[in-house]
Parts: sequence; structure tokens; C-alpha cells
Amino acid sequence: MYIPVNDMLKHFKQDAPAMANITHKSDQWSPYHDNSGTVLAVGIPGAVIVAGDTRLSNGYNILSRDATKLSQLTDKCVLATAGQYADFIALRKFLQQRLQLYEFQNEVQASTETVAHLLSRELYSRRFFPYYTFNLLAGLDENNHGVVYGYDAIGSYDKMTYGVQGSGQELVVAVLDNQLKGYNKINKTIPQTREEILDIILDCFSCAAERDIHTGDNVEILIITAAGTERIVKPLRKD
Amino acid sequence: MLKHLYDTDCVTWSPQGKLFQVEYAMEAVKQGSICLGLKSNENVVLCSLKRQPSELAGYQEKQFKIDDHMAIAIAGLTADARVLCKYMRTECLEYKYTYESHHPVGRLVFKVAEKSQHKTQSGAKRPYGVGLLVAGIDPNGVHLFETCPSGNYYEYKCQAIGSRSQAARTYFESWFHLFEKSTLEQLILHGLSAIKKAIMEDEELNEKNVEVGILGKNLKFTHLNAQELKDYITKLDTFSPNSQIQQE
Repeated sequence: MYIPVNDMLKHFKQDAPAMANITHKSDQWSPYHDNSGTVLAVGIPGAVIVAGDTRLSNGYNILSRDATKLSQLTDKCVLATAGQYADFIALRKFLQQRLQLYEFQNEVQASTETVAHLLSRELYSRRFFPYYTFNLLAGLDENNHGVVYGYDAIGSYDKMTYGVQGSGQELVVAVLDNQLKGYNKINKTIPQTREEILDIILDCFSCAAERDIHTGDNVEILIITAAGTERIVKPLRKD
Repeated sequence: MLKHLYDTDCVTWSPQGKLFQVEYAMEAVKQGSICLGLKSNENVVLCSLKRQPSELAGYQEKQFKIDDHMAIAIAGLTADARVLCKYMRTECLEYKYTYESHHPVGRLVFKVAEKSQHKTQSGAKRPYGVGLLVAGIDPNGVHLFETCPSGNYYEYKCQAIGSRSQAARTYFESWFHLFEKSTLEQLILHGLSAIKKAIMEDEELNEKNVEVGILGKNLKFTHLNAQELKDYITKLDTFSPNSQIQQE
């Protein structure tokens, strides 16, 4: 006995609700959490300085006051990540493994430029379920000059002299534009020495910690030069 | 004489209970240039003699890093060694990714042995023609293993494999009781002394034909560079194991 499809469906489906009555579920589980914090990196001739605060938060709660956002991938480059901490860990693990394989196959460590491209491709490979990470890759180029690459969540990247990511990004990047580039600066003195730049970076984090609730506790600074890596930790506001 | 009746493939036993293909594979190891390993409580040292196919060629590398805590020295078919080396490296990387710690040495050697055994029980395959000395450090301590084409593996305090390795083993038999408490420098000198016993009369040790790799509880695997090798070879002239006994 032939029943037209439309008639058959009537037995199974209820009437579709009117458009006005459709409600969106607002409390659905999300795979993403923003663990926040701020990272920045500045490249200068002969060195690169990478800094990140060590506060890990979730909403209004602090999960840790001592969680690093920096990861040294090769002798010459460091990954600094703001965003979701779990995705940072997963991304870091992938890169560490992939770079060790690179070293076995090529008998030399990957250059900063190579790592930058590798990171971009890995991020884009997850175009439809992205790593919730906002990355900076800071390192020394082939001439041992400091260079910074900034990324969005899906791998678009560009070379910069300095970059900031994270919850304090807007607060800090405006200060760096003024101090390091002399934008909108009346007294156009650009810092020349590493010590001057370090002071500016420490000030930036102190300022961010004042206004941004997700930035604070400690700031961890790595200075990468051809001679090696130096690590400095300074305290920040704990509230 | 009757060998050739039973040596066509791995799936044929001889009346004496031998697998000739596997035995022939072990011959390939004995033809390779010598490599040896020795360990103390804190360190493992691998020494090998590198062969140069001709004056125009480079020297064949014999030691390969598997991971920060593990390295191998090879004797036999280098191409087969490369396959095992790649396998070991991949296993270590995967283990590190999953467990965030170093692959236990004995477990990896077992995996290699299993892989080797597999090749001895098939009509279509041949055994690997390479013997490995695996040096590694894990929470169970300091290790030195030997693997064979047969799929057997053994743990050693010190061992030498390859061509004229018996001379080095004789040296070890006399002095291995000193190794446990030796310093890293003493261990390297013992290793080089043992290799010296195994070279031909007209050959001499120099920084080009000798390869020394060192591993320690807090020391990632590294090769000695040319200058360090030169220094150690010079020290060999004044080194005698007897002086170590007097110290203790």
C-alpha cells in the first residue's frame, strides 16, 4: 500500500515550533576555557626577551599563581601562549615531539623561521576545532637578531619586532607602541640598551596587573641570546 | 659441507638444531668494525672504531642518539641499523609524548629483540644483519645491553662486538672489576685502551677514526669532539689501570 512520504512523516514528527518560540540553549557545555594572563615578547639586535605572568585563572577564580606560559622549544626560540592552558600544553607537547624528530632527521635544530611555519601549519590543521591559544613565537634568527612572530588562533602569523597576547593585550601593547616605537610620543627617546627595555617590560606587567584582574602574581622573563638563556622572575600584585 | 642443504631460508632447521640463516646474520655482525661499551655506577661509555671505505670517503658513523638518556653503537649492516635506530627513536618519542618520561631501557631493547625475532621465523624475510650495543640510563639504573640478529638480548657490565672484539673482551676480563667505581675519565680511558688492543699493527687511534659517546645520570648523551678525543688519546700513553688500584 503506497503512502506518500509527506503523509508518513506526519505520524512521526510533531508540528515544528513557530520561529518566535525557538529558544537557544545558553548553558551548553563548552570545550573552551579562557585561562587568561598576558604574554609579551620584544626582539632586539642580539637577543629576544619573552615575558609572561604566572597567574592561571578561570572566570573569577585563580587556579594557580605559579603556572608558566613560556616554553623553550629549541636553543634559540621560545613559545609564549595566552588562552586555554590545556591547549597550550597539547600544542607544546606536539611541537617538542615534532622538533625532536626534525633534529634526528636533519642533524641540526630547527631555525626560528622553520618553527614559526610549523606552528602556523599545526594551528591551521585544527581550523574546525581550533586550539584556543594566542601565541607568540620569539627567537633568534639566522643572524642571531631577536625576532617575534605573532599568531591568531588558527595560525595566521607575521613577523614583528614586539608582540603582546592575552587578557592584558590592549593595555600593554599601547604602552609598547609608545615606548619602543615612539608613536604619539612627545619626547622621542627610544630605549637602546637591554636594561632599559627590561625595565619597560616590568613596568608594563605591573601596569597590566593593576587594571586587569587576570594578570598578576609573578612575571617570568626569559632572555635568549646566542650565549644561552637567562631566566628572571619578579613578583606582581597578588590581588 | 652439508650446511648448504639447510641454509636456504629461516624456516629450515638443520639436523643439529641450528638455523643457519640466523647464524650467517651473526657473521655479518662479526665482520663489522669493533664497538664496545662499559658502565660504572654513574656513567656509560661507548667507543667505536670508524671505518673509511677509501681515502676519498668519510668515516662511517657508528653511534646514534636514540633519546637524551639512550644511545646505540652498531656493528654490521649500517642500513639495517638505520631501520632499528628509526624504530627506537620513534618508540621513545611516542613514549615521551604519552607518559612524559623516558622510555625504560630494558623495555625498548625487548621491543627491538621481538622485532628481530620476527624476522627469523618467516620464509619471506631475512634477519637484521646488525648487532647493537644499547647504552641507557633510567630509574632502574645504568644499563648496557647487546642485541643480536637472532632476537636474543643480554645485559652487560661491559661488552665488545665486531671484528677483533675478543682482544677488547680479554682486556675487560682483566679490569672490569674497577669499572663500577671509575670516574667518567677513567671509564673513557679504559674504553680507548680496550679498542687499542683490537686495532691492527699498522693502524693507529686518532680523533678521526675513533668515536666516543658518553651518558650519565645527569649527562645527556654527547659525543666527544675532535679536541677532546685528541686529549684522551694523548692521555692513553700515561694511563695504566694499575694506578687506579693504588688510588683505592
